[in-house]
Amino acid sequence: MGPETLIEEIRTRLGDAVEGVSDSFGDQVLIVRPVSLRGLMASLRGAPFDYAVLLDLTCVDFTAGEGRFEIVYHLYSLSRDVRLRIKASVRAENPVVDSLVGLWKNADWLEREVFDMFGIAFLGHPDLRRILMYDGFEGHPLRKSYPWRKEQPRLPLKD
Amino acid sequence: MSGFDFLTTRLETALGWGRKFSLFHYPFITACCGMEYMSAACAHFDIDRFGAGLTRFSPRQADLLLVVGTVSHKLAPVLKTVYDQMLEPKWVIAFGACAVSGGIYQNYAAVQGIDKIIPVDIYIPGCPPRPEMVLDGLMKLQDKIQHQKQDWRWARKP
Repeated sequence: MGPETLIEEIRTRLGDAVEGVSDSFGDQVLIVRPVSLRGLMASLRGAPFDYAVLLDLTCVDFTAGEGRFEIVYHLYSLSRDVRLRIKASVRAENPVVDSLVGLWKNADWLEREVFDMFGIAFLGHPDLRRILMYDGFEGHPLRKSYPWRKEQPRLPLKD
Repeated sequence: MSGFDFLTTRLETALGWGRKFSLFHYPFITACCGMEYMSAACAHFDIDRFGAGLTRFSPRQADLLLVVGTVSHKLAPVLKTVYDQMLEPKWVIAFGACAVSGGIYQNYAAVQGIDKIIPVDIYIPGCPPRPEMVLDGLMKLQDKIQHQKQDWRWARKP
């Protein structure tokens, strides 16, 4: 399945979910609607696409607009040796996305990291709590709205 | 000067001499500066030539704490505990720009210099410092140890 036929196939099977298609250094990029994310990912996980590996799951904060956050998924197919990037815009006021832990197990910690750093809630995640920052840390440090240089020390600091 | 003063001065000199050449160091290594620590400690530069060759991996047996690398706020209580566990007399070297001042990290995560948490005797800047700088810092610490007021158990406390 070449890149063009792949996109054709995805469009015919999952057309409703796909908002746009682009290309990044030879790798295909899909821009999708977040509501249909879970179903789309489940289809991509199975045959004939067979994206068995979730390489990465991360988030970008674009500071302004309705779709302020953008979740980025990187998939890899072992059988076909191709990568696919999937992006979904998330609303600023209530950032919620479906969890993918049921599809790829490594999504567990990746989603916890995105939750910790950006405050995106993952619906259906088995254990959504902070993974990097300590207990008592307030806010989500990689959000652009997090105050610059704001520290939350656990010990009283000397001058 | 009475005879006793003369005696204690000699004793302090001897204690300082003994202490500066028998530093047992505890390497608290968190980041890339650890590579420079390794090259300073191993055969090429050989920190043992200066009497600080005995690395201890328990703070209870060490008297020199080498804080090598970035210390985050998450890690700060651990560093404080390690320092508190060391026996007196003890000294601390801040090794590298991150331990000295936070270095390039000025954000939510990094402590802006370990002297915000524990007292520091010698600062070795550099990102990372060359092993020669480490040895220079060590010799400056030895100088400091030799000339400081020696705290010894049977001395009369003010």
